Amino acid sequence: MQKATYLPLAAGFVLCASGAMAQTPVLQVLTYDSFTSEWGPGPAIEAAFEAQCACDLQFIGAGDGAALLARLQLEGPRTEADIVLGLDTNLTAAARDTGLFAPHGVNAALDLPIAWDDAEFLPFDWGYFAFVGNAGVDAPASLQALADSDLKIVIQDPRSSTPGLGLLMWVKTAYGDGAAALWADLADNIVTVTPGWSEAYGMFLEGEADAVLSYTTSPAYHLIAEEDDSKVAWAFDEGHYMQVEVAGKVAGTDQPGLADQFMAFMVSEGFQSVIPTTNWMYPAVTPEGGLPAGFETLVTPAKALLLSPQEAASVRDTALDEWRTALSQ
Amino acid sequence: MAHRAVPIIPGWPSVAAAALVLVLTFGTLGAVTWRAEWGSGLATADWAAIRFTVLQALLSAAISVVLAIPVARALARRRFAGRRLLITLLGAPFLLPVIVAVLGLLAVFGRGGIMNNGLALFGFAPISIFGLHGVVLAHVFFNLPLAVRFILQGWLAIPAERFQLAASLNAPVGRLLEWPMLGRVVPGTFLVIFLICLTSFAVALTMGGGPRATTVELAIYQALRFDFDLGRAALLACIQFALCVGAALLAWRVTGVDTLGPGLDRVVQRWDLARPWADYLMIAGAALFLLLPLGMVVLRGLPGVFDLPASIWWAALRSIVVAIGSAALCIAMSMALALRGGAVVAVVGVLPLAASGLVVGTGAFLIVFPFVRPSDVALLITMLVNATLALPFALRAIAPAVVQVVDDYGRLAASLDLRGTDWLRLIVLPRIRRPLGFAAGVAAALSMGDLGVVALFAGQSEETLPLAMYRLMGAYRMEAAASAALVLLVLSFAMFWICDQGGRKNADL
Repeated sequence: MQKATYLPLAAGFVLCASGAMAQTPVLQVLTYDSFTSEWGPGPAIEAAFEAQCACDLQFIGAGDGAALLARLQLEGPRTEADIVLGLDTNLTAAARDTGLFAPHGVNAALDLPIAWDDAEFLPFDWGYFAFVGNAGVDAPASLQALADSDLKIVIQDPRSSTPGLGLLMWVKTAYGDGAAALWADLADNIVTVTPGWSEAYGMFLEGEADAVLSYTTSPAYHLIAEEDDSKVAWAFDEGHYMQVEVAGKVAGTDQPGLADQFMAFMVSEGFQSVIPTTNWMYPAVTPEGGLPAGFETLVTPAKALLLSPQEAASVRDTALDEWRTALSQ
Repeated sequence: MAHRAVPIIPGWPSVAAAALVLVLTFGTLGAVTWRAEWGSGLATADWAAIRFTVLQALLSAAISVVLAIPVARALARRRFAGRRLLITLLGAPFLLPVIVAVLGLLAVFGRGGIMNNGLALFGFAPISIFGLHGVVLAHVFFNLPLAVRFILQGWLAIPAERFQLAASLNAPVGRLLEWPMLGRVVPGTFLVIFLICLTSFAVALTMGGGPRATTVELAIYQALRFDFDLGRAALLACIQFALCVGAALLAWRVTGVDTLGPGLDRVVQRWDLARPWADYLMIAGAALFLLLPLGMVVLRGLPGVFDLPASIWWAALRSIVVAIGSAALCIAMSMALALRGGAVVAVVGVLPLAASGLVVGTGAFLIVFPFVRPSDVALLITMLVNATLALPFALRAIAPAVVQVVDDYGRLAASLDLRGTDWLRLIVLPRIRRPLGFAAGVAAALSMGDLGVVALFAGQSEETLPLAMYRLMGAYRMEAAASAALVLLVLSFAMFWICDQGGRKNADL
């Protein structure tokens, strides 16, 4: 019951602190929910940045990556956000079209498997999409082998989930005009399509399917946080589509200096070292101490696939039609 | 109803309640439409979505109601130990967040579930739960309890005197009392469940097994999130309202009218009961179907309950406060509307069911964004929206009881010049305690489990329990999420139980 005794004291501190805070500049970062949650990278990053910026870093959470973009589109130029963090390359074309973003001006050496050259959007982490299954199962060696097998998978709906959209792009990039045929072959492997990643992953863990669409880094969570090495990602011959998560500076920000400082901080040690074991993705710049133990066990795809934002935007609707037609038979 | 003698009550509360409903349904739709750039009409896929939506909603509502009738009859005329608890427990699926209920259902009907393990034991091939039948199964799981409760209320609302009279005349209870009662109660019950299923999204997609199972609500989601086509979203939301109005008109056309005299508030005694085993079979079947998946939710969540992070308990506290606020508001609105009565009230009472949660949220966001930070009003908006979304259920429970009281006692009260709060306090409230308690319980529990609007508004410090649970899932912490789901289940159920029990004190249900 000691807490109760200190409550008035604490309340006094809070009052003083909020008085002092009135002068402290506030930087608002609009990001997706799981980034700001207490298990995500948010809290550690907030502490690290506030230690150097003499500012108050506030995260505004908004669903997932797609919800983030929708919110920004709803808010338009009146948005209070200074930074938008958590879009991926499938969304950046539409985000750029809003005209709300300014060049980030950061010139950092990024550790991405692909070349990166984008004036507005700067990556903070990345990963490969992959099917994650249980160790000991005969893993298929390609998307086609999976489609020809009797294995059951759960995937996410591309219309409501960023990994679901990632798979759509993966199949389209790897198979081009043959994508519709591959989806037709895959149809009998798909147990169900869920609205989001959480539902699909939960169903896989409950044993509803042999594998789930997730990331090559997902087994790292089970290995590092749960000391469970029973989950593996399947490496496919066609290569793996990437998700590159980016942030951008809002042009109309009232804190341009702080926003620039944050963008530079984003590709520095204080931010990047937090990413692997909180967001369970690869950091955009490998931390000085290397990746955490356990990451070396992950499969490394032989080939990284990624469409440019323009290509992604232009094939999206065709790919979605192929997907819907094939799975509606 | 000009011929009815009605005690005088002030009119403004019902106007305020109706106004709030209209703002949150048509107002939010208007806000979305205002921002829309019109261009594209409906796509071919949207028409397929409309067809599928109506088909699954019709099937789900029909099966729920058909199954609910014998269960409600059995519960109405049998007395056994644990009957009260069972009736309350049966309400639980309706109150659960979708994903929790779906995982519970899968633990029973899924690939590794109890049913398929049982089938394997006898050498049968496993049955896949995913498809139209899965959608309907899940919707029946959610809505059967609701149908049972509404129809049971109908049964219990038949005055004891009528059964007495029927027994003394040796008249057929079924044709004379029960069929007319069903004629009044079933169309409305069917309508409510049809509308709930009409706006289904996550259940339909997850259990439907793929894009075949695309509903209008998912098409709206796609329009808002994937295509950012506000015009198409608004158009689809209008179609959803049109379907609602069509269904409501149809339901009201076939709704029967009460023709017999009033009763004197006595406990029902029955003289016409043979074959108890058939009734008990129905009760046991329904209990097994509804409680087994809930049991699995409890089993999955139990191990980690005491390891839950402190933030979960704060989120739970926030949810409870919002639930109490939204239940109180919902009851006040329902009472105001029920006392007013009439066709406008009937329309207002079903509108929220047809509203797309996403359009309401997006519209509310557009309305408040120019004035305040959305996260500052997250809990307030959640409270208002939840109260409005629960209104149809509360009104369905309360309105018939209020009408009954007005019919039975209105003339007497008017002749005694009993009006305003005295009429409410002395005559109405004591007689509608049972539906009032039920309505408050449903409103509170629905609000506990709701994830719709708060997700659009809330930041870290406005996190409610369902949102916290989803965030745990999103961070790979499925076991902690399962425990949070158990906390949510227990709290929702406790809220429901306390209200429901309060209403049933000295009442025979």
